[in-house]
Amino acid sequence: MTTFPIEKIRADFPILNEKIRNKPLIYLDNAATCQKPLVVIDSISNFYKHEYANVHRGVHTLSVKATDRYEGAREKLKTFINASSTKEIIFVKGTTEAINLVAQTFGKTNIKQGDEILITAMEHHSNIVPWQMLCKDTGAILKVAPINLQGELIFDEFEKLISDKTKLVSVVHMSNALGTINPVKKIIAAAKAKNIPVLLDGAQAIPHMSVDVQALDCDFYAFSGHKMYAPTGIGVLYGKQALLEAMPPYQGGGDMIRKVTFEETEYNALPYKFEAGTPSIADVVGLGTAIDYLTEIGMDNIANYEAELLDYATKKAKQIEGLRIIGEAKDKGAILSFVLDKVHPHDIGTMLDSLGIAIRAGHHCAMPVMDFFEVPATARASFAMYNTRQEIDVLMNGIEQLIEVFG
Amino acid sequence: MFDDLRDLYQEVIFDHNRNPRNFRVMEDADRQVEGFNPLCGDRLTLFLKMDGDQIVDASFQGSGCAISTASVSLMTEIVKGKTEEQAEALFKQFHEMTTGKEENIDLEAIGKLAVLAGVREYPARVKCATLAWHTLDAALKNEESSISTE
Repeated sequence: MTTFPIEKIRADFPILNEKIRNKPLIYLDNAATCQKPLVVIDSISNFYKHEYANVHRGVHTLSVKATDRYEGAREKLKTFINASSTKEIIFVKGTTEAINLVAQTFGKTNIKQGDEILITAMEHHSNIVPWQMLCKDTGAILKVAPINLQGELIFDEFEKLISDKTKLVSVVHMSNALGTINPVKKIIAAAKAKNIPVLLDGAQAIPHMSVDVQALDCDFYAFSGHKMYAPTGIGVLYGKQALLEAMPPYQGGGDMIRKVTFEETEYNALPYKFEAGTPSIADVVGLGTAIDYLTEIGMDNIANYEAELLDYATKKAKQIEGLRIIGEAKDKGAILSFVLDKVHPHDIGTMLDSLGIAIRAGHHCAMPVMDFFEVPATARASFAMYNTRQEIDVLMNGIEQLIEVFG
Repeated sequence: MFDDLRDLYQEVIFDHNRNPRNFRVMEDADRQVEGFNPLCGDRLTLFLKMDGDQIVDASFQGSGCAISTASVSLMTEIVKGKTEEQAEALFKQFHEMTTGKEENIDLEAIGKLAVLAGVREYPARVKCATLAWHTLDAALKNEESSISTE
């Protein structure tokens, strides 16, 4: 704990100086989206001030500069997740678009009537609905592997659901509602034994741990920039080159073509085949800066610091009478989802807000998870590397006080 | 500690949250409508017993936050004995009080419901208070068996 440069990191985030309802902001809604360091904010601003033009277009100097920055960010992402080529880094709006892209291209080409897609019971709606839409279009069947009361995948049941009809396994790396980190290596090994491709929804995992797509041997990895200290509106679909090559384009337009006549169109090479239209250039530049920032701090250092924060918060939460933690997986990221006996999550949210504390109250876009635990909603404190034990103390004290008020 | 919230969480609201009135299933209800707020998961079932166009009994079941529970509890108390027209007029007043212009609020007409006026300052909580009334509106219009705030 002492070696982690928490004060320096906090100073990098201007918003942490804000007052909310006259109290210092305690931002614990990082699983929804996290705050941005000044270097990221400045890099976007400076890019617009000094280097902005469209990419892959003109011969003029600015366009060349902008293209260098844009493709430079792709290079950084390749290194960050250890992809084997920049051709495997597709820029999209975010995790949701990445999953929809796979459903609409890989899915429509490879998944037919009676085939099965296997997910888990802890998925975010964005890893449920695109597959339901695909199933509706193709007549394929969505299979759901169950979880236990700790919020862990029941691996034996998952394994039993892998059949000759399974054409894709799509699972969350770290659950946004429960914090559970899935045994993705085991999941991938089980799927690979039957030659089934695996997509990992990495939206929550990517800001909290180091991810090596080659070591994992996953076929697709989807994540968003805005949950990893980068801007909104930008994310990445990683896909193995051979799979991406074989997939048809997602959207048609500029940049994704090599040659267009009214008779036919020849598509561009990877990764551009999947990047139709002018991309979110400045946000890609911002994402590149966020990668530099995270790399400098070190993902393993972040993971260790956040594990200590979660451990501290969990111990304190367990001392509060009438508080029930939802999601107690052995392998868990820095998310504390909970309910109180006598206070509804929405009231918890409003009460804590009056103390300057931002948490999420609701179903976290995971309604089936809420149904499983038989709660309408939960309150969720989700931590980032800029949070502190002192902030957790204020949170826990606030919870104790509001229980008294509602008592 | 929560002084800033006194306008929103008045004692009457805590009271109705702890001990909701008319919290029961009505076996012989003439109207039964489910109200649902998908954003927060609040869910309630409203039961009405009618005599012509008069509401002779109202009750509810369900789970929700303190604001929504207090709102539906207070509503079931206040609409008993009202005609459909009077109840609809109250709904309009309530809607005005929670979302409209302050000068348009008729405090006399709104009566006890005024304890919920505090939600005006909390846009994220307005739907908690109005869910009950939208459900009543659907029940009176006899349109649908379930309504959603979204």
